[in-house]
Amino acid sequence: MDLENQKRVKDLTEKYGAENVVVLIGGAEAESAGLAAETVTAGDPTFAGPLAGVPLGLKVYHAVEPEFKESVDADVYDDQIGMMEMVLDVDAIIEEVASMRKEHGKY
Amino acid sequence: MSYSVVKGTSYVLVHAPDMVLHNGTTQTTEKHLNPNSEYLKNLPNSLRSFDEAVNYLPNQVYIGNNKPADLRKDPQPWVGKNVEGASRHGKLGEIMPQDEFIGLIKIVDAFELVKLNKEFTADVKKKLNDHPLVKDELVAKLKEGEEMADIQKLIEEQGAEPVYMNNEVIGCIKRAHDVDVNLNAHVIFENLVSKASGVLAALHLLDKSDINAEDIEYVLECSEEACGDMNQRGGGNFAKAIAEVAGLSKASGSDVRGFCAAPTHAMISAASLVKAGTFKNVLIVSGGSTAKLGMNGKDHVKKELPILEDVIGGFAVLVSENDGTSPVLRTDLVGRHTVGTGSSPQAVITSLVTEPLDRGGLKITDIDKYSVEMQNPDVTKPAGAGDVPNANYKMIAALGVKRGEIERTALNDFIVEHGMEGWAPTQGHIPSGVPYVGFAKEDIEAGKITRSMIVGKGSLFLGRMTNQFDGVSIVMEKNPGVVEESKGVSEQEVRGLVAEAMRDFASHLLQG
Repeated sequence: MDLENQKRVKDLTEKYGAENVVVLIGGAEAESAGLAAETVTAGDPTFAGPLAGVPLGLKVYHAVEPEFKESVDADVYDDQIGMMEMVLDVDAIIEEVASMRKEHGKY
Repeated sequence: MSYSVVKGTSYVLVHAPDMVLHNGTTQTTEKHLNPNSEYLKNLPNSLRSFDEAVNYLPNQVYIGNNKPADLRKDPQPWVGKNVEGASRHGKLGEIMPQDEFIGLIKIVDAFELVKLNKEFTADVKKKLNDHPLVKDELVAKLKEGEEMADIQKLIEEQGAEPVYMNNEVIGCIKRAHDVDVNLNAHVIFENLVSKASGVLAALHLLDKSDINAEDIEYVLECSEEACGDMNQRGGGNFAKAIAEVAGLSKASGSDVRGFCAAPTHAMISAASLVKAGTFKNVLIVSGGSTAKLGMNGKDHVKKELPILEDVIGGFAVLVSENDGTSPVLRTDLVGRHTVGTGSSPQAVITSLVTEPLDRGGLKITDIDKYSVEMQNPDVTKPAGAGDVPNANYKMIAALGVKRGEIERTALNDFIVEHGMEGWAPTQGHIPSGVPYVGFAKEDIEAGKITRSMIVGKGSLFLGRMTNQFDGVSIVMEKNPGVVEESKGVSEQEVRGLVAEAMRDFASHLLQG
């Protein structure tokens, strides 16, 4: 996750409280989605950004995860994400992001 | 309607290992934050030799010695395998070694900002004398070189940026102003690299196309650099600066910007300028960037791969009046991501691909080859960014499935048939749509394919002026072979019309 986005996540969390923040990821690769999920839960694994050593434990989901899909209008979802669902390795992404959430999430 | 055509192309690479270490932003940032890091310590051992870079299949494809189809014959990854009979000289360009390129940077410097030492100058002069496209008057600009002590003084006391060869300082690039950050040595270095690699691409295009330098009337430069000073940071004009060195004495020009989408924006502009009759021959040209050298180096080193982002890219495309044979640029089949399009991949692909096709009554499968973001997957996959061209093809195919033009089970066949493996270096604008234009011209003229779509996309949000994404596309098609005659009216027709009007007038008079 780039340094600017890490800073935004950190600032928003400080402002609204960690329990009120949900991070939604749209990354196309399981590995990079997993890294982003790790960054906002356990802290920046590359130790380069503002979230290095800052385990926020935020709620984090990928846009293809069922938890998100079921909570939005089905037509809008199909219109915006339906095509990408066909393209992405959905299972691998869910596995990566969900495992980070389970392991490091606090909320 | 007579379209403009793609008359010529060229593609160049510059192997620049010392610039990976000293000018790539991943490395300069690391030096700033963690000067003693393991990464920086081990990095010099991960650099490829010039021969290794030449023998690398994606690079051979880029300069036209191998075809994109060869990448499928030899499955990924291509790193570590050598191409038999590889050459630095390509059908469409070349791979230049770093020392010759440093010489070229000095040659294109119009303000005496580049200082190279005497020994290096003598050595590189010999090499450039043997270069078929760097003529004597250009080589003469190298002059005799400077004393090393003077170069050291400029680096230590006057903010000059050192120039390295084999990790030794052999020269420097001076700052062009004491205070203005837009003219500091770092910016001048980047801009001269972009100019020099652009010049190299322009020289190859002139060499490999059927065109006289003085027949080029306009140049569109489409890199991602900005030149100017503190009062006009992006003033420009790289286009004219490159045209001057390349000997385009009758040309003016301007710079087109749009992040990675700029080359396709430039193709649309050039095609339109020629079709409108404003200019007969427009040259699109771009050099590459030092900043992106070794951009994903940390991931490559972690995975025990060599630094694969060790080349600077450049290209040129000549767009000319319809000659009846070269592929035409369908300016009526242009796709564009508009402000109102939205950023979902589905909306993006619809605006760039299917919207223009619908307008032309074409199906997704009517495009034989799509040239998208042709990044080399050897570079992007180990960095966690996946296979970029493949992801693009999947999206186009998935949209085809949603529209009922492709069977879901035929999704992979579509990718193989209408897509390609990526081969271009990750230099932003360099891999974006344009790498296939040269091959498309060849394949269309040989009758192997009829139609190709060139798609460029750009991440505008990186400039922090908008959250908008951007993209444009244009269709390149087989020339029907008929150059339409002028729609002007002949003298005889005018006489006929006048006579008819007179008769008409006379009959009215009689009736009155």
